[in-house]
Amino acid sequence: MLLIPCPYCGERTESEFRYGGEAHFRRPENHLEATDEAWADYLFMRKNPKGWHRERWMHIAGCKRWFYVVRHTVTHRISSVYKVGDPLPDLPS
Amino acid sequence: MTQDFRLAKGGRIDREKPLRFLFDGHAYDGFAGDTLASALLANGIHLVARSFKYHRPRGIYGLGVEEPNALVETGIGAAIEPNARATTVELSDGLIANSQNRWPSLRFDLGAVADLASPLLSAGFYYKTFMGPGNAWKLYEWMIRRAAGVGRAPEQPDPDRYEHSFAHCDVLVVGAGPAGLAAALAAGRAGARVMLVDEQVEPGGQLLNTAYTINGRPATDWVADATAELDRMDEVRRLQRTLALGVYDHGYVACVERAVPVPEGRTRWRERMWHVRAKEIVVASGAIERPLIHDGNDRPGTMLASAARAYANRYGVAVGKRAVVFANNDDAYRTALDLADSGIEVAGILDLRHDLTGAMPALAREKGLRVLAGHAVVGTRGRTRLKAVEAAPVDDPSNRQIIECDLLAVSGGWNPALHLYAHAGGKASYDAALAAFVPGSSPERMTVAGSAAGEFALAHCLSGGARAGVEAAKRAGFSATQPALVLEAPEPNADTRVGPLSAPNRGGKRFIDLHNDVTEKDLRLAAQEGYRSVEHAKRYTTMGMGPDQGKTGNILGLNVLSDALGQAVPQVGTTTFRPPYHPVSFGALAGREVHDLFLPTRKTPMDSWHEENGALFEPVGQWRRAKAYPKPGESLHAAAEREVKAARESVGLFDASTLGKIDVRGPGAAQFLDRIYCNTFSTLKPGNARYGLMLGEDGMVKDDGVTARLGPDHFHLTTTTGGAASVYVWLEDWLQTEWLDLEVYLTSVTEQWAVATLSGPKARQVLGPLTDVDLSTAAFPFMAFREGRVANIPARIFRVSFSGDLSYEINVPARHGLALWQALMESGRPHGITPYGTEALHILRAEKGYIVVGHETDGTITPHDLGYGGMVSTKKDFLGRRSLGRAGMTGPDRKHLVGLLSKDPARVLPMGAQILERPTEARPAPMIGHVSSSYMSPTMKRGIAMALIKNGRERLGQTVYLPLLDGPTVAAEIVSPVFYDPENARRDG
Repeated sequence: MLLIPCPYCGERTESEFRYGGEAHFRRPENHLEATDEAWADYLFMRKNPKGWHRERWMHIAGCKRWFYVVRHTVTHRISSVYKVGDPLPDLPS
Repeated sequence: MTQDFRLAKGGRIDREKPLRFLFDGHAYDGFAGDTLASALLANGIHLVARSFKYHRPRGIYGLGVEEPNALVETGIGAAIEPNARATTVELSDGLIANSQNRWPSLRFDLGAVADLASPLLSAGFYYKTFMGPGNAWKLYEWMIRRAAGVGRAPEQPDPDRYEHSFAHCDVLVVGAGPAGLAAALAAGRAGARVMLVDEQVEPGGQLLNTAYTINGRPATDWVADATAELDRMDEVRRLQRTLALGVYDHGYVACVERAVPVPEGRTRWRERMWHVRAKEIVVASGAIERPLIHDGNDRPGTMLASAARAYANRYGVAVGKRAVVFANNDDAYRTALDLADSGIEVAGILDLRHDLTGAMPALAREKGLRVLAGHAVVGTRGRTRLKAVEAAPVDDPSNRQIIECDLLAVSGGWNPALHLYAHAGGKASYDAALAAFVPGSSPERMTVAGSAAGEFALAHCLSGGARAGVEAAKRAGFSATQPALVLEAPEPNADTRVGPLSAPNRGGKRFIDLHNDVTEKDLRLAAQEGYRSVEHAKRYTTMGMGPDQGKTGNILGLNVLSDALGQAVPQVGTTTFRPPYHPVSFGALAGREVHDLFLPTRKTPMDSWHEENGALFEPVGQWRRAKAYPKPGESLHAAAEREVKAARESVGLFDASTLGKIDVRGPGAAQFLDRIYCNTFSTLKPGNARYGLMLGEDGMVKDDGVTARLGPDHFHLTTTTGGAASVYVWLEDWLQTEWLDLEVYLTSVTEQWAVATLSGPKARQVLGPLTDVDLSTAAFPFMAFREGRVANIPARIFRVSFSGDLSYEINVPARHGLALWQALMESGRPHGITPYGTEALHILRAEKGYIVVGHETDGTITPHDLGYGGMVSTKKDFLGRRSLGRAGMTGPDRKHLVGLLSKDPARVLPMGAQILERPTEARPAPMIGHVSSSYMSPTMKRGIAMALIKNGRERLGQTVYLPLLDGPTVAAEIVSPVFYDPENARRDG
């Protein structure tokens, strides 16, 4: 059970949140003209890294805001959280 | 019965408080402070169990959670608890306990023939033997499960109550032995909020079991002082009888607390689960002694050396009259010395080591004890109780001497209890000198201290514990210095190294895992048969897979495998520790979330009316919805048929309050809806409503519903009942993270509005007298939306239909839902108004060919597949549009929604039935689709079905075949999915 520091509400337990998967994968520009390959890549392909991961969470039982978490998928360590529009924090080395 | 084995004095029991208890129907006496095990031993009872596989007689072997043998059943009736360790059951007056896995009695167990057959029952016996024929495994399994096993599960519901509590702290200390107490004191003095949890009845750990001194006084005095100081600290919470089960992420630790037993047997709660969030965790969980491998090592009367001395020191019990100590390390000499001090005759100390130069052997010799260096136990005698051991020099095992004794105290050294450390991701390393795994680098937020860290000497436990407490408090943000814990614990024994783990083999049974009856021979066989990985050997032999999870035997097993495979122990590896540390009851995990509290039941504002009027309910997600309103004696089927007829011929009333509703406002609202629906909403005029299809980015239908425009920037959006939450999250996702250009506000209003749907040709006559809204078709046409009053309640009325007949969906504020419903029923009485449930709703919509998301869609269905291609806009962009142009989204391989009519009108095709092009007996047969919805239609007077069939719209009129489970293959014709009123002639009434 993770302890997630919501940037709006503070630390809350994981059961208050919804997971939204990988963050910052780009919808192709002019997507209606995107190639099938580019579109399939956007729809289906995710990085699923063993290590640091930028991901999306929503505080559904709280402020109902979507935000971003940098989490290590092995240790579950959370190095930072940030809001939509914030500059991307660096991944820990 | 008298307590013949109770020592005349000593122990921490309360001799003023005798307690009476029953074991296997016989009454015995014990004292307050006893465990069931110590009280049984005080009465000379060693034999308490039969082993899992061979039904061999087994005695009490340990002191606490490590106990592999003494599993008993406590309580009676519904309160039975199987597989309780006699060593952890607190004695209480009137306690009832029984032995398990024996028939007809513990002393004479017919199952013990398995022991005679044991040469056959080697590792993998079941896998190799019970292979066929066909379904015979079912019979074998039944027989095997009867013969092998542990306790019986109680058959009645658990009468006890279980609680959950949540706690936060700066420093959680697990274990209140010397290291844990020192850590808690240090962190507490620094001002940290400390929780100290300990599984025992009282704090002290090993200090309760062994005669130590601290600062020149008995160690138990120091325990009392430390506990008193902790209890004076406001920020310290101390929980006894509380076992830490597992460490999870971010400092989350699950603990379970047992209630103090009461004489009447029933406490307010029986167990309490603690969900602890700790900034820092100090693991001071101690160590567990391991035995040695020798022939006949399971004879009752054989016991861990530390347990034997604890029964004497802590419980005032002489486990035997004449003891032999068999060891490979110095610590076991404490047992010999403490037993001798208690007045128990020590017949000898057999030490596997040749070279005994340490202080402890010298001390034992000084006290006149017989020490035999380089000697081993090579056999034991006695049937249900040890009578003698066969001792021999390690180098000359046939040169035996018989030593009479009724207690064999065995010690193969100590294993740090690294379970919690491993849960947190700690990687242990093997210390060959200790023959034990010790902590490597520390996981985040965790410090291991004392014996758990492999620091077995008392002085090290105290100083290491204090250091860990200071470090933890510092990391939690407190300034702390090394506290003035002036603790001197002189110990002649600082040597914690161990000798060999195994005695010479003379061909007897040598158990590694007492609980699962796994022997050294089984492990060697597994290695020989190619199970080279410890994880495989473990599963093949079941070593360490019993309820004790190999707490005493695993290291011995690893050393056997290491020897058999010719690899060092670290290369053989170790198995993974997973939570829980000790078995936990289902009751504790469930807490209060049982029965009615298991899941909240969502009820509509009209629910009480449904209940009073005989509704049959069905769960839909968390909602309970009226499925039908059967009259007395009426079946569900007959009720639904009656309800459908009413809604077709006169008027019906349906509670649609569970529909998901989202209030959409803002200058970007219309544009927003254009982006999320595949059809257009910006062209919708205020006062009108439109059916919308929502697609995922993959182009598949995600949800549907009617949305009305209340004003230029204000919409009332509805979703399916089941999709309400996920649609809301999905919409917020796009608004918050992608479409920052749109100013739109979403509010979930599902529970703010009650909805009653009037349906049928007489709906207008029922609603008319109650409302100020002009209901004429000209003033209020199909797919229009009006605001007005109904029964003097402010209402939003949608003229939509899910049945095909004239219909009004009336939304009122939830608190008026019941009043609205009653007013409509009253107004409809002259017209024979009939309430209908979800069963009739489904039949009505299927007759009309309307889809239900989740029936006619399954995440692979596009609007075109449903025949709704005309709704898909080509003029604007929307979610999923790009995907509709992907390869494979069109063409003859797509499944289409069609109707299906069985050739036999009386037959209702089963939902989910697979559809074949040709009748065939061959399997597998190529399938071209499946039945998605199917009902007996009262209106069409025959069975009707909807189906998804490959290229179905091009196959209208064709016959297809459905092979039914346990039935015939039936023929059906592909038709249009709209069975009822295809001209839409009836929707205006």
